[in-house]
Amino acid sequence: MDQSQSLSSQTGRTRPQWMQASLNIVTYLARKPTSAFGLVVLALLILVALTAPILAPHSPYAQDLQNTLQPPSMGHLFGTDELGRDIFSRLVYGARITLTIIFLVTIVVGPIGLFVGTVAGYFGGRVDMILMRITDIFLSFPSLILSLAFVAALGPSLNNAIIAISLTAWPPIARLARAETMTFRSADYIAAARLQGASPARIIWRSIVPMCLPSVLIRLTLNMATVILTAAGLGFLGLGAQPPMPEWGAMIATGRRYMIDSWWLVTFPGLAILCVSLAFNLLGDGLRDALDPKQMNRR
Amino acid sequence: MKRLPPRVSASLGQLGSILVTLFGLLILTFVIGRMMPVDPVRAMVGEEATKEVYETVYRQLGLDRPMWEQFFIYLWDVLRLDFGTSIRTGQPVLQDILHVLPATIELATFAIIFGAGIGVPLGVLAAVNKDKLADHIIRVFSLMGHSMPIFWTGMIGLLMFYAGLGWVGGSGRMSQFYIGLVPERTNFLLIDSALAGEWEVFRSAINHIVLPASLLGYSSSAYITRMTRSFMLDQLNQEYITTARVKGLSRRRTVWGHAFGNIRVQLVTIVALAYGALLEGAVLIETVFAWPGFGQYLTSNLLIGDMNAVMTCVLIVGLIFVGLNLLSDLLYRVFDPRTR
Amino acid sequence: MNQSPILDVQNLTVHYGGAPAPSVQDVSFQLGRERLGIVGESGSGKSTVGRALMRLLPSARVTADRMQFEDVDLLGASERKMLAVRGARMSMILQDPKFSLNPIRRCGDQVAEAYRTHVRASKAEARAKAIAMLDAVQIREPERVYDLYPHEVSGGMGQRIMIAMMLLTSPDLVIADEPTSALDVTVRLQVLKILDDLVREQGIGLIMISHDLNLVRNFCDRVLIMYAGRVVEALNAADLDKAQHPYTRGLLAAQPRIGGSRQPLPVLARDPSWTQPQGAAL
Repeated sequence: MDQSQSLSSQTGRTRPQWMQASLNIVTYLARKPTSAFGLVVLALLILVALTAPILAPHSPYAQDLQNTLQPPSMGHLFGTDELGRDIFSRLVYGARITLTIIFLVTIVVGPIGLFVGTVAGYFGGRVDMILMRITDIFLSFPSLILSLAFVAALGPSLNNAIIAISLTAWPPIARLARAETMTFRSADYIAAARLQGASPARIIWRSIVPMCLPSVLIRLTLNMATVILTAAGLGFLGLGAQPPMPEWGAMIATGRRYMIDSWWLVTFPGLAILCVSLAFNLLGDGLRDALDPKQMNRR
Repeated sequence: MKRLPPRVSASLGQLGSILVTLFGLLILTFVIGRMMPVDPVRAMVGEEATKEVYETVYRQLGLDRPMWEQFFIYLWDVLRLDFGTSIRTGQPVLQDILHVLPATIELATFAIIFGAGIGVPLGVLAAVNKDKLADHIIRVFSLMGHSMPIFWTGMIGLLMFYAGLGWVGGSGRMSQFYIGLVPERTNFLLIDSALAGEWEVFRSAINHIVLPASLLGYSSSAYITRMTRSFMLDQLNQEYITTARVKGLSRRRTVWGHAFGNIRVQLVTIVALAYGALLEGAVLIETVFAWPGFGQYLTSNLLIGDMNAVMTCVLIVGLIFVGLNLLSDLLYRVFDPRTR
Repeated sequence: MNQSPILDVQNLTVHYGGAPAPSVQDVSFQLGRERLGIVGESGSGKSTVGRALMRLLPSARVTADRMQFEDVDLLGASERKMLAVRGARMSMILQDPKFSLNPIRRCGDQVAEAYRTHVRASKAEARAKAIAMLDAVQIREPERVYDLYPHEVSGGMGQRIMIAMMLLTSPDLVIADEPTSALDVTVRLQVLKILDDLVREQGIGLIMISHDLNLVRNFCDRVLIMYAGRVVEALNAADLDKAQHPYTRGLLAAQPRIGGSRQPLPVLARDPSWTQPQGAAL
């Protein structure tokens, strides 16, 4: 009884500290112009995705065959495509797809990576060797090629693209989680939990996973630019989101045919992809600086 | 002499881990191949084949046997370098790939020359001017290259430099006009045309490779820049830099004459790894530029579900990656006087 | 002895960007063709003085009323001028040859480079010069050592190579920053002797930065004692036993002595008032 009380009071004390730490990081990021740009773009992306029905002047699917391939004007901010659909509206709705990809990949990759990494790190020995060998095999392919192969096996669709990307994105996370676990494994509080008779599953879930979580989240942010580019690349090759879905990569693929005369068809979706992936890269760069102990005590 | 045994055992260990990785690669490609939704028999015999024909081919392909047996057949075939026949072209897959690979290698080599050519100096410049304006500008510039969807940049590049300004050639490896003019010996167009003395074709080929290669190189330069910068920062904090300055060397000569020599080895390994990553961009850029290389071969077979071709392509990319990793390890040992 | 000093420093202050207080404050001294020791514990700013004289502190703010090296005003000299001064007329021996020699260049080439930077010479001339200098620092088989990489020579040998590199151009002033503290005790005296002989022969002004009071006492003519960025006392080495300042006396009392008392050595007691200015300059 006493113990659980002291434990809860301890977590009660650490939580504000944890929040304070993340607040510090956010202020650090907001102060640097480059990472501040990243924060702003991401906030904008979320805002646009949430308010898409209000923001978009037209339906993303509404065709208007009288007004095909119109250049940008007041009526159609970014022009219209080959079926007369409003490109601006499609981009706005496309933000939802991008956000969905980010969200789904995160919730698939995070747990898989954490599971493999913590189990390998906690048990060590043969388990570690086998799991890390598997991780290495996945790492020995460039991620786009492997995703291509998986999508080919699963059949082209947005969901399968997300699955394929997740299948290729977990190994770095597992590596990281394993390295973190190795440093905690011999800590006294883990030994104490073990002496109390807690099962390995419980120790990993209650004591190790929470410790790995911050660095895993940061690593996921760092990798998100690659995820977005891979998703767009799959969409472009016709292996991701299928038309008429307003996915940015797929929009570029269809716009390609009309590119020479109607530059706006490919230009705006491309800029959207560029902005979001640049935002993640700048943010990741800032996070790396913010959390790099070497950078902290510089003169 | 005394140092030999640990070296030998280390090499053996490395060899073992490579073999395990290769075995894993094979399992992975096998599984992907079996998961393909396309019926390989139907793809081969066509829609109108009789049931008997279907059954025969089914058995010929060994699809009636248990999975593990199929895997060992696959393994045995791979060991004999028999990767099967492509359904689309009707040729042995290996022959197909060897035919298209030179185009990709040509592109990737130009790209890496460009990428390292801008990435390394920019990384050094960023390190020397750490936290100053130049450092920030270089950081944004290189992250930009890393953030671009390469297929999109390819199109914009074509729009601007080909359609707009007419500075470079358009899609393909050379102008339509010259196709078939040069005998294919190595399939490296630049080498072939030079061998044949067809300098017009050579110029056309250069004109066509410049844009895709520089875009690909720019996108890979981000990684090279960042790594160069951090290697360089490590070196600039070393005491021998102070020695060089005390001797009266200028900052410039200190950086290039002393610090740079010490990061060369690391740079070579980084560039080798970046070269592997280029293959990824090549798949996309080849589609945009209608570049008849490995990437286009892979994607076009993907879309029609040509199992043998796709599996082999993936396997070969994996092999190239493993090979480049090994190479970068080797280069490290060869070039560092401390490990000699 | 020193009608015209080689070096004249008045109120040198060095402030690193981001640091709350200056690392070196109001340090003044003059140097003729003599050997001056600067003693202090780590963090007392003694190495910073050396680097400030070489103008090798780009990120720090260096101020002084006067910092004159022969005809060169070290405060106002352009970087171009400094390039001609560094290594030719003023050089510095660093602490640990393991780190202060470039690991991927042959030792001899590094010595020869010091010569070729300041004198127009062919490679062969520079090589001959370097080998002669390696010989002068008592390296046996200098021809062979010339072609060795730094990781192939011992610490004592490395430091002799360093001395050769820094004295090759016959500078007027040499700063030796803890030249022997990274070396084995057995080779320390040998290396010091070589340095001392060359300095005397060539009539070089030497600033010996060290934390070792005994070493400085034996090898220097005069001693500055630094504490927390300030000079607390300046003495002739022979008069060290007559030191007035409590810090110097504390340091002296903390030195073990063969045949001395077997009581535990006294612990140095510090007094915050030592960090206040008190006009201890010469």
